[in-house]
Amino acid sequence: MINARVTVTLKNGVLDPQGKAIEGALGALGFDGIGQIRQGKVFDLQIETADKTKAEADLKAMCEKLLANTVIENYAISIA
Amino acid sequence: MKSAVVQLPGLNRDRDMIAALTKISGKAPVTIWQTETDIPDVDLIVIPGGFSYGDYLRCGAIAARMPVMQAIKAKAEAGVKVLGVCNGFQILVEAGLLPGALMRNASLKFVCKEIKLEVVNANTDFSRAYEQGQIIRCPVAHHDGNYFADAETLKAIEDKGQVVFRYAAGTNPNGSVNDIAGIVNEKGNVLGMMPHPENLIEAAHGGSDGRGLFASALDVIAA
Repeated sequence: MINARVTVTLKNGVLDPQGKAIEGALGALGFDGIGQIRQGKVFDLQIETADKTKAEADLKAMCEKLLANTVIENYAISIA
Repeated sequence: MKSAVVQLPGLNRDRDMIAALTKISGKAPVTIWQTETDIPDVDLIVIPGGFSYGDYLRCGAIAARMPVMQAIKAKAEAGVKVLGVCNGFQILVEAGLLPGALMRNASLKFVCKEIKLEVVNANTDFSRAYEQGQIIRCPVAHHDGNYFADAETLKAIEDKGQVVFRYAAGTNPNGSVNDIAGIVNEKGNVLGMMPHPENLIEAAHGGSDGRGLFASALDVIAA
């Protein structure tokens, strides 16, 4: 069993209105000195295999085909 | 002209679309269910609005990867006209049939109101019943209609005349780059748009500015 985490984030230059709203809300709570906030997504996956190389290749394909929209998003894969 | 309307779980504007197509072409469209991969022989396939598969992950992302969409993609490649409205537009960009992406509205709010559209390219299969530069009324109802494309893609679609509808001055409801409301693919047979022309086709709707789009796509005289 392989545990993997995929993190999907917006590419630089893509407007993130949700991040902006969170930034404003944190400011309203009195947290000072916050630069930019960008909101993203985290996927935790369990893959039934011992083959780490295959799992990595599969995860990359999953990101390209579904988990990320590569027009606007980047992804990062980490395997425990 | 024969037409078809795609029905997927969570889409809810199919009834309105069927009514518009029936009234304007005089013929009821056939329907295509989510499990169908043998698409009937039609001239126009319409993907209506709604919230397909709960819009989980990203709007239109799950629908775009269903086998029915692969079959529709093949039809589009063969030259069949495809129209995607609202969630239909989101599905078309997620499926890669149209460039760019549709993001959360800049206001973060769901917008449901009437806006104005400028017909910036009246020389397409979906807009020829309008005059170039004509301003038409059209309703919008969406949470994720903020059109985005990178600078290179944007330049390409602008240069090739792929922007068909723009929100008229001061009416951009979602922050879309270049006020883009509707685009066609390079070949010109696939149109995606956020506004709902099917909801402005008769007096009972309060106007008929949306008829021209269907008259164009169905090749009938606009009334």
